[in-house]
Amino acid sequence: MIDSFAFNIPFISIFMAMIAAIITPLLPKRNRIPEKLSCWVIFIIGMLSAYLLYALTNSGQSLSFNFKMGHFPAPYGNELRAGPLEAVLSLFFSFSMLLSLTGNFSSTEEDIAPNRRQIFCVLINLLMASLLALTYTNDIFTAYVFIEINTIAACSIVAVKESPETARAALRYLVMSLVGSGLVLIAICLLYDLTGHLLMQNMHTAIQALVATKSYIMPLTVSLALITTGLAVKSALYPFAFWLPDAHGSSTNTSSAILSGLVLKGHIFLLIKIFYRVFGLDVIHILRMDTVIFILGLLAMIMGSVHALRQTNVKRMIAWSSVAQVGYIFLGVGLNTPAGIAAACLHIIVHACVKPMLFTAAGGLSNAAGHKKGLHALMGTFYSNVWAGLGLITGAFSMMGIPAFAGFASKLSLTMASFDHPVIVWSLAALAASSVLNALYYVPAVIVILTHNKNMNNNFSAPPPTRLYKISMTCFLAMNFYLGLFCMPLLRLITRGVNVL
Amino acid sequence: MLEKLILNHYEAAAVILSGIGLTNLLLQRNLIKKIIGLNIMDTAVYLFLAAKGYVAGRAAPILIEGEKAGEWITNSAVYANPVPAGLVLTGIVVSVSVTAFALALTLKLYESYGTLNIDEALMKMTLQQEELEAKIEAQEEELIS
Repeated sequence: MIDSFAFNIPFISIFMAMIAAIITPLLPKRNRIPEKLSCWVIFIIGMLSAYLLYALTNSGQSLSFNFKMGHFPAPYGNELRAGPLEAVLSLFFSFSMLLSLTGNFSSTEEDIAPNRRQIFCVLINLLMASLLALTYTNDIFTAYVFIEINTIAACSIVAVKESPETARAALRYLVMSLVGSGLVLIAICLLYDLTGHLLMQNMHTAIQALVATKSYIMPLTVSLALITTGLAVKSALYPFAFWLPDAHGSSTNTSSAILSGLVLKGHIFLLIKIFYRVFGLDVIHILRMDTVIFILGLLAMIMGSVHALRQTNVKRMIAWSSVAQVGYIFLGVGLNTPAGIAAACLHIIVHACVKPMLFTAAGGLSNAAGHKKGLHALMGTFYSNVWAGLGLITGAFSMMGIPAFAGFASKLSLTMASFDHPVIVWSLAALAASSVLNALYYVPAVIVILTHNKNMNNNFSAPPPTRLYKISMTCFLAMNFYLGLFCMPLLRLITRGVNVL
Repeated sequence: MLEKLILNHYEAAAVILSGIGLTNLLLQRNLIKKIIGLNIMDTAVYLFLAAKGYVAGRAAPILIEGEKAGEWITNSAVYANPVPAGLVLTGIVVSVSVTAFALALTLKLYESYGTLNIDEALMKMTLQQEELEAKIEAQEEELIS
């Protein structure tokens, strides 16, 4: 059994983020107090998640627990659920969020007007709360409510940078998100109607019984298709991803890093939980949704990279690369085996660390080039901001899947998971093609920043990177190499987590 | 088929309404109409939930006094399940806040571009950028000469 403090951590984490969001507007604006509060709260949540993970792995045989919210027991009450997988995800989510905030501190202050920074902190805290809630919740309607909170907070952190472009991008993002969450809501109502429950394990029992008697197969398929489409729109699976480059490319660097690295992942993890805990992998296979997800994943891996190749703006290029990376995750989910889902979860973590690093690095480099975002303008910027340069190079190598970098670990585990699966030829071919395509746009970017610029405008001297930037980038690099070199214990932990999911 | 539709007319209406709402949300170019579409879709879901939550002949889930004084009917078969109504209330709160937020963003777009159409806004933005670039080029040429 785990101790009572660890037992309360899922609730405390969500509650702390919510409370921080509520009290931030009341704080004085001087001395960056709201920013510091948000960072500390997120740091404490990260430490609590680490403790929860420690307590869960040392708890003996029972690796997961349900936490009753309020006074009503299941099947009527609301519940949170925590296992090793949830704990590990919230650990990485919170540290990635923290580093995205601290790494882009100075660019946030340039982009966002002083009177809006407090609101920005509120939004960050709300986003953190909703991500944690999506990770921990065991109740599918609570998941819907937090999807909407997530939508509002995510669209707002795009619009918080005041420019006509971000208003348009945020609206486009909002409309697509609303389509997604509307579909999810309809699906949840259909499922509630079919099963009579909202808690995941009770729904699972009811759905297994329905499938065993072959009744209501069509409504089940429809609701599964609706919920998958809804969450695929929100997590930018390829044919539904056209809103992403606008939103992620035009917003301030912190927002881009958080949106690409974390917000997409919350929805993907919710989809994994719905597949695994509500329907069950066997039912997913009977209803053929695994094939659909697999094909869309393959398409995303290729098309995301093809679109990225055509970009001239470095942030839009990285944003399209996210679409390709989301494709990798869906490939793992589409394999529909525990190993495939474990590999997908590892890729969620890897991407949650690498993509914020890439956005932070790109922000630093374009600052060094005088706020220009075109790729050609970044020529030689490696030498003005070495930390950002190192970040971009490491991130690029990681996305290509060079051994010893983080992306290699997850691509390797995806490959291993697709052995002993009939679709191995397809997934290996797509992994190879997508890696080559990744190299086709990341290698030129690396070459550009490393080339000495002879016509460099000598009148312009970029501000040197701040100490906070250097520290955050070092942490990002350390996380990246840890994932690349020592991922086996983490993968074992994830596999244990998936097995008790 | 028709008999089933008439029997489940609330659900059929909900499906039709949500179809109308979703189509509006996706295909309308005008943002206000898009937001109206969103609201129609959400309302359809509430209709569905409310129709499913109502069971004819059952009482509201508040304890009813029995025949003797001080006695309460605790048999759950007498009452309707309160959860669907709770879901509708939660859903309404969510959709009101989302609508308010969407309208605020629309207002901002209108202030920046003077249009309620996202595509038109994109066209205006590209035009503005091209003008800006041309201006910068002209300035640079002036500096050189």
